[in-house]
Amino acid sequence: MTVLRYSIGVMKIDSRIVEDVCKALYIRALKVLPDDIKQGFARLDAAESDATGKAILGTMMQNIKVAESTDNLLCQDTGIPIYNVTIGPNVQLDGHQLKQAIVRGCAAATHEHPLRSSVVHPITRANDHTNTGRRVPVINIDFSDEPEVLRIEMIPKGSGSENGSFLKMCVPAEGVDGIKTFVVDKVIEAGGKVCPPTIVGVGVGGTADLCVHLAKIAATRALGSVCDDEEGAKLERELTAAVNSLGIGPQGLGGDSTAFAVHVETAATHITMNPVAVNIQCHSARRATATFTPNTVEYGF
Amino acid sequence: MAHHDFDMPISEDQVRSLRIGDTVSLGGTLFGIRDATQIAMFDHGRKTRFDLNGHAVIHTAPNVKKVEDKTKFPAGYAPICIGTTTSARMERFTRPLMEQYGVRIIIGKGGLMQQSQAAFADLGGVYLAIIGGAAALETTWIEAIEDVDLDDLNPESLWKFRVCDFGPLLVGMDSHGGSLYETVQATAAERRAHALSVLGVKS
Repeated sequence: MTVLRYSIGVMKIDSRIVEDVCKALYIRALKVLPDDIKQGFARLDAAESDATGKAILGTMMQNIKVAESTDNLLCQDTGIPIYNVTIGPNVQLDGHQLKQAIVRGCAAATHEHPLRSSVVHPITRANDHTNTGRRVPVINIDFSDEPEVLRIEMIPKGSGSENGSFLKMCVPAEGVDGIKTFVVDKVIEAGGKVCPPTIVGVGVGGTADLCVHLAKIAATRALGSVCDDEEGAKLERELTAAVNSLGIGPQGLGGDSTAFAVHVETAATHITMNPVAVNIQCHSARRATATFTPNTVEYGF
Repeated sequence: MAHHDFDMPISEDQVRSLRIGDTVSLGGTLFGIRDATQIAMFDHGRKTRFDLNGHAVIHTAPNVKKVEDKTKFPAGYAPICIGTTTSARMERFTRPLMEQYGVRIIIGKGGLMQQSQAAFADLGGVYLAIIGGAAALETTWIEAIEDVDLDDLNPESLWKFRVCDFGPLLVGMDSHGGSLYETVQATAAERRAHALSVLGVKS
């Protein structure tokens, strides 16, 4: 057996650039809210019928403007840093070096901006003031079919909404009713603690760990995106209407705007299983993306 | 639904005059406190040198920058971004904060529960809702970080801020048993059955 080496049409990734980009992504994500979330605010504000709810949405929109005009962080919570890496064909990189560069970029943003370090050891609670630690930042790696494109998405996941995370290993006899009831009950239980209006991420199927991961993918998807499984998309529409009929409202102080949307992601599961997970994203639904192509790195959401 | 401007600290009478739905703006001193601060104070027996009597505390762990110029920044820290966090995690510290330190006002997001509601009624206190995730705006209400204690817990130190027109904040829980959070939770519980029926869930 022979191993072929290609050198033409291959994009080589320098880990020093990855480090700089990962530093910039963290700071950008904390300061500039994606356009789809801003549009989500405008949509909720136009429809909100509760005076308190409307006033709170107004303050949130004012905060977005103040953050941009003062070049400041939207929220004090610098979150748990997550980096999602998507690698296209003909992208050449050293995976180990890439992961180290992400960690260094995250720590550099923390020191150099500076940012609050929100990351501690889970047992000693020691904080080394880098926003990194054992297995953090969370790094997810996936592959795409876009040649010579490397994408790095950064999500500083706020803890108030991350604490609104739930898994239930429903049984098949509970059916889709069990899934729907679980989502409604967890949105009620979370109330104002998760900083509504939220994006409610729902994972359906898979193993326990995959189900929770699906919920996170769903919670951090752009507003306006739709689950590419028709059954999941149907659940999204039904559950979005259901949670917004509960009256929880912005900050849990009453109103129509409980969630921008409910997003669903699905995976095949076992004949004996019917898992459902909820992971919630707060109204400061922050994310930033860098797209590497052979000649440039472009920042977006 | 009245608006109140308070120069901190305040008296028991002043705090008992507040009702849910009122709004409040604070001036003067505001203390920042968090999970680790209160675990240290109430579980590990640590004491603060600050006098919290009649004062307000906000559930926070700010973004700050270390600076050398102590004339402009007496605590050695410049504020970068200061907001709030979810209060419910710190529910069990409300009563000791009020009983042992005389705190009158707790500020945070998401509300507190039954034990805090009882402490507010028994001892005279309120919970003021500030908008979570609006820290860029709220930072503009803070004039300076005047002092810091228990700073080995940084960023969960006990912070002493000087504030001006800090608000308007909404009275979410008062000393008369009122709680906007309980009202909203009751509404949601009432509407649950209808929501599930529209979803086609068979009871």
